[in-house]
Amino acid sequence: MTVISVLLILSCLLLLGSSRLHVAIRVVAAQGLLLGVLPIVRSAENLHVAILILGLSTIVSKGILLPWLMNTCLRLSGIRREIEPFVGFGPSLLCGTALLGLAVWIAVRLQLPQVPLILLTSSFFAILVGLFLMVTRRKAITQSLAYLVMENGVYGVGISMSLDFPFLVELGILLDVFVGVFLMGNLLFHLDREFEHLDADKLTELSDLSEPAPAGEERV
Amino acid sequence: MKIMPWALPLAAWILAPLMLGIINRVKAFFAGRRGPSVWQLYYDLFKLLRKASVYSRSTSPVIRVGPAVVLACMILATLLLPWGGLAAPTTFTGDIILLAYLLGLARFATVLAALDTGSSFEGMGASREVQFAALAEPSFFLGMLVLVLHFGFSGLSNMVAGISLETWQTSGVLLILVACSWFVLLLAENCRIPVDDPNTHLELTMIHEVMVLDYGGPDLAYVLYAASLKMWIFAALVVNLLVPMRSLAPWLQAPVFLAGIVLVMVLVGIVESIVARLRLQQVPKILIGSALLSLIALIVRLVG
Amino acid sequence: MTLLLLTILLPALAGTASYFIRPHRIRRLLWGTTAVLHLALSLAAALPMNATPLDHWIGMDSLSAIFLVLTSVLFLGATVYGIGYVAREPVAPQLDSEDGSLFKNEPESIFTGAILLLLAAMTLAIVSRHLALQWVAIEATTLASAPLIYYHQNRRSLEAAWKYLILCSVGIAVALLGIFFIRMTIQDGPHELTLATLLARADTLNHKWLSTAFIFMLVGYGTKMGLAPLHTWLPDAHSEAPSPVSAMLSGALLNCAFLGILRVQQVCAAAGMASFGGDLLVLFGLVSMGLAGVFILRQADYKRMLAYSSVEHMGILALGVGLGGLGLFGSFLHAVNHSIVKAMLFLTAGNLLSRFHTKDTMKIQGACGVLPISGALWIAGFLAVTGSPPFGTFISEFTILRAGFNQGRWVVATFYVVFLLLAFVGMAGIVLRMALGRKTTDTEHATVLSAVLDSPSAAARAREPWTAVLPPLVFAVIALLLGVYLPGPLAQKLQDAAQLFGGMAK
Repeated sequence: MTVISVLLILSCLLLLGSSRLHVAIRVVAAQGLLLGVLPIVRSAENLHVAILILGLSTIVSKGILLPWLMNTCLRLSGIRREIEPFVGFGPSLLCGTALLGLAVWIAVRLQLPQVPLILLTSSFFAILVGLFLMVTRRKAITQSLAYLVMENGVYGVGISMSLDFPFLVELGILLDVFVGVFLMGNLLFHLDREFEHLDADKLTELSDLSEPAPAGEERV
Repeated sequence: MKIMPWALPLAAWILAPLMLGIINRVKAFFAGRRGPSVWQLYYDLFKLLRKASVYSRSTSPVIRVGPAVVLACMILATLLLPWGGLAAPTTFTGDIILLAYLLGLARFATVLAALDTGSSFEGMGASREVQFAALAEPSFFLGMLVLVLHFGFSGLSNMVAGISLETWQTSGVLLILVACSWFVLLLAENCRIPVDDPNTHLELTMIHEVMVLDYGGPDLAYVLYAASLKMWIFAALVVNLLVPMRSLAPWLQAPVFLAGIVLVMVLVGIVESIVARLRLQQVPKILIGSALLSLIALIVRLVG
Repeated sequence: MTLLLLTILLPALAGTASYFIRPHRIRRLLWGTTAVLHLALSLAAALPMNATPLDHWIGMDSLSAIFLVLTSVLFLGATVYGIGYVAREPVAPQLDSEDGSLFKNEPESIFTGAILLLLAAMTLAIVSRHLALQWVAIEATTLASAPLIYYHQNRRSLEAAWKYLILCSVGIAVALLGIFFIRMTIQDGPHELTLATLLARADTLNHKWLSTAFIFMLVGYGTKMGLAPLHTWLPDAHSEAPSPVSAMLSGALLNCAFLGILRVQQVCAAAGMASFGGDLLVLFGLVSMGLAGVFILRQADYKRMLAYSSVEHMGILALGVGLGGLGLFGSFLHAVNHSIVKAMLFLTAGNLLSRFHTKDTMKIQGACGVLPISGALWIAGFLAVTGSPPFGTFISEFTILRAGFNQGRWVVATFYVVFLLLAFVGMAGIVLRMALGRKTTDTEHATVLSAVLDSPSAAARAREPWTAVLPPLVFAVIALLLGVYLPGPLAQKLQDAAQLFGGMAK
């Protein structure tokens, strides 16, 4: 369990520090695999079919299908890396340190008996990193990855608290996340076609606060 | 005084230059060359020692003292290193901090001497060295903190002696994380690729090499020899972490330890062969990453 | 129980089927039939004789009864309007009236399927009595409605759909965290997250955890409900969606998220923490009202204006529940009134949009002359949405005000009145100029207007089709009736619902 938690933290840090999008997708896929294994490891003593199915469907959906979808988006759009994020990669890592501290603080503050603190910490860290990535990166594709990371974190929190939701509800949650990211992927195709780039910060036509960016002004 | 504990420092003093030779051979192998002899650094050192030093008129005594201080620091530092179950010649509570500050003092002397030349190139190198050192130190101290928390605050020898196979079963993650962190530190502190390139003499990209441009003769020999000792110190730290030597028979410990150091060197050689040197702006990222590894280890120790 | 399952499954199956039905006529027929059947089923389920035990995963208390029937009525209206709408929308690519680019609508089968699935998800969200199940349903509403917002497939609707999907999904993920925390409030015994369990064990719940959970769920569902400052996606989504969809989003979907918050508040109230949640709701409510009022004042797009008005009214709802007591009754009544009125306004706005081809308030003048019925409805809707007598909204808004006064919360009440006035002034300027105004004197606008009116398609739209006029007209009549006379069963249900939170009526 400790190993999985540490890997989870490391994967989040890698996301913060890496500019290559296909690396980011692979890292998120790895997270999906980790999270699929996690419930199986967590209840290794009294393993039943429901948990096994849940773990396997997590692996298939978050570890294989969604990353594949994202990769397809990436290939079709032809972008390779995140250019000029709002917060650079070095500073992002430093922020990551602060977020890690925050995650520890939260996990310790919650004072949960019989909950593996390290797992709780890493899950909260994933949530925070997801939020951080969502606000500091430009590419729409990164935003959907960030959503997935955040959702992974929430899932991790659920597992570490060993919540015994009914099987159907768990499956429903998984399905919702899957369809959500699937829709995002679909919109990404359209974003690429309409705006000829995937920069979410160019989505400024609808705003009451700022003037829309003049057409034709393209940042390279 | 017992003889055995002195075997390690002695081995370090004698074998350290060989290790740099091994790295060069590995790199040469990957590049498809034969490469220089593994004893090359010994030849160089002897050659340099036979020459006389030349000093610029614009320098002060600081630059003359620098190499000697660096060498002295390194030699003292080797005295603190244990080897598995065998204690170091000197060991006392808190010697880790002395070790860290000996390394720090050596760096201080190098930087001061580099600034003393008044050359803008060397000043630039000094500024980079200090900047990266500031980022590298958290990684060292956080790693130390993890060890102290885990094995209790005592001498380095005692801590290392505490690492056994059981430690690996219970908290192997800690050791791996700290070891990884320190391996990155090793690359950074010893000016290896991907942080710095020891072979290039292109001033714009250099950190360490640019600071020692003005040395010649015995001074340069001191600096080179001190650098090889520094490499040995970091390698020894990593090997001590990774090999649970207490579980080994006493007569096996020394060969295993030496083999471990050679392995680390080979690893350095491989890393240098397959990784490109990072752009200067990227270096802080990798150092922060290394510190984060230690930080994660700390968190695992505290909350796990 | 079977009845409730049917209300969920019927639209779900019809929605899935719609994706595969090729002939437009059959699909539209299916859509209409489903809407009618759904209304019948929900009315039947709301009858006292069909009461179900409340300790299952799904069940029907008075609160869900109100919201379910309301949703169903709105859906029927949106269906009548929507069938006409999609039939009139051209299939071929057309010119965008705002930026002149070409765009092509989504296939009608996707639209129909998505809106029916949305109905299914909303029904599930309303009747579910298991907090996690409700979460699944509310997230499903987001997913089902995203394709609806993207119906026109142009840049702006794409942007709106993207923001909607991202922000709401993130918000709802936060709410899921809140649900985990609610699970931690149960200290021992079975950890079931059904409302029945939680309410039965309310006095043993851990208060610290419950307050944490409430904050998380308020933020999470508050994003979806459009409480400021989490509302930023709402004006975009509601203004870019096709008008019948906007009506559903504003009138019915926001209520579902509201219900999500209400369920936690219900648990809080049962655990004796009503004032903790209440104060937060009052705060969020006032901020929403104030912020929305400011944005209404300087609004240049009338659909966005309506969207901000929705933010304002969500603020009123939160405020009413936060005040508690009489405010609860007022809030639930206001939810009913607001949904009816807002649906009517969005449908009317759709009529204006299809006639004038612009959402710019400055470019429309004298709508009453061009579109007599829609113009009149536009004014009536404005009066209703700003809470003027004799419309139902007046009564509900006044009830909430009275709750404020009764409790001696003068500051809250004052802000409440000021923000209501702000919205009134803001909307009055815009709506009256659009509806009345002079048609011909202003030369610049006249040319714009005549250019639109003389366009080839103008002749086809000269008359207002009955599908586009009837639903808003009916809604207007309902809104008016609710202001004059509150039917007994509805009043009873509202009182029962308020009682769930320990509130009182009258």
